[in-house]
Amino acid sequence: MKDVTGAAAPVIEATGLGLTFQTNDGPVHALKGVDLEIGRGEFVSFIGPSGCGKTTFLRCIAALEHPTEGVLRVNGMTAEAARQARSYGYVFQAAGLYPWRTIAGNIRLPLEIMGYARAEQDERVARVLSLVDLEGFGKKFPWQLSGGMQQRASIARALAFDADILLMDEPFGALDEIVRDRLNEELLKLWARTGKTIGFVTHSIPEAVYLSTKIVVMSPRPGRITDVIDSPLPRERPLEIRDSKEFLEIAHRVREGLRAGHAYD
Amino acid sequence: MRSVLPVLVVVLAILVVWYGAAVWLNSAWTYDQAARAGTHPTLVDVVNDTMAQERPVLPAPHQVARGLWDGVAGQKITSKRSLVWHGWVTLSATLLGFGIGTGLGIVLAVGIVHNRAMDLSVMPWAIASQTIPILAIAPMVIVVLASVGVTGILPKAVISAYLSFFPVLVGMVKGLRAPDGMQLDLLRTYNASRAQTLWKLRLPASLPYLFASLKVGIAASLVGAIVGELPAGATAGLGARLLSGSYYGQTIQIWAALFAAAALAAGLVVIVGAIERATLKRMGMA
Repeated sequence: MKDVTGAAAPVIEATGLGLTFQTNDGPVHALKGVDLEIGRGEFVSFIGPSGCGKTTFLRCIAALEHPTEGVLRVNGMTAEAARQARSYGYVFQAAGLYPWRTIAGNIRLPLEIMGYARAEQDERVARVLSLVDLEGFGKKFPWQLSGGMQQRASIARALAFDADILLMDEPFGALDEIVRDRLNEELLKLWARTGKTIGFVTHSIPEAVYLSTKIVVMSPRPGRITDVIDSPLPRERPLEIRDSKEFLEIAHRVREGLRAGHAYD
Repeated sequence: MRSVLPVLVVVLAILVVWYGAAVWLNSAWTYDQAARAGTHPTLVDVVNDTMAQERPVLPAPHQVARGLWDGVAGQKITSKRSLVWHGWVTLSATLLGFGIGTGLGIVLAVGIVHNRAMDLSVMPWAIASQTIPILAIAPMVIVVLASVGVTGILPKAVISAYLSFFPVLVGMVKGLRAPDGMQLDLLRTYNASRAQTLWKLRLPASLPYLFASLKVGIAASLVGAIVGELPAGATAGLGARLLSGSYYGQTIQIWAALFAAAALAAGLVVIVGAIERATLKRMGMA
């Protein structure tokens, strides 16, 4: 197990971060005054209603959006430099697998782009396929797999190369609750095995509390952070933990935070 | 089997209408001849005559069929009377022009998708090029190219390409832009270059659009090649057969050449369709 106490050297550090979109109806403050530190090996969830900027913040970390104010450091670099250094894997809400590539071919895509040798590509594809429990599905095409399996393949694709940050934008949002529970459990195991730093956007309070070491509660207009909760739950979490007193207490605090955010409406 | 009956019914209906029209259109000449000879033909005589004239206004289906059969199977294929030989002359120009047009269309589309200046400047010209009647521009292409010493298959192929690049261009611009924002963002997270984005995402995603365009393009190519054979008073090709047929009032020859061209076009579209199915199936997209 990796050392996960590295709070002293934040992987992601935002200071006074703001992002304003200019629209025809005037400026929209997608993010305003966001301060946050994420340490190595943390599992951080961003939760809040639509328009609170949680996805925008994740996209800023990925340098898919560019903040208009404040400072954002990823792995000690600017977000853009971190993107160019391929510091993170990104999992979108939809699996977004290429229909013309097999599952193995899809996972190979980032490896091809990053110029890995063919033999290493094969080895890595096999490794991440087993990591997400999809052994034997490498030769299938995406349409031959269920939605949950497709999303697992897209996680495998994000894990295939050596990025120590994993950014996930509502990866299980389109899946039913039973599949989602199982994938959440698997994600925790994956996190324990790989020691990656994970940023996870979600709409679901139980999902956020179950997964995270740190829960960032956000609210809209302007998009901002209203509460940051460091979870006292142990890193080993069976599904039953969701009935424990601590779990319900954290869930309650998240709910209060969400409600406080709405009090300004 | 269920589809056979409707097809037969439609073919039969066309034949009935065609025979009726042949009797109607050709009878004027029959009556004219009879009046000169001072005879009074019966209706049966008239109908029989309209089916067997040498230069009918509208040849009857069996006359066209016989002309087609005679042109295809009744001649050595090296003969200048062979439709196979003329068909090959046209086909070779068609395929060359199709190749040039497809290549040009794809290259322009890639340029348009990657370069804003090209996006703004090329498309209006491409559209304008298609508003000019091909019959007006074909003779000029032939004459200009002949004046610089280019004759033979190439001028015809150029006209053919002129018609076929456009559907490929339009289809490929649409196809190359088909990947959505998320798919493009994914490649950005890999820090993929524009060339990698083109090869790994845009081109594969555009293939279904490309094939739809190729079907239109190959038929347009054939039209271009035939039109290219008309102005120079060409002696070879289906266009030349059409032209000489109209010079000498050989309507049966014209219709036989028309049907040969139609069959050729249908065959080409079927071949493109077969390649499309095979390719998309291999890619897991069909």
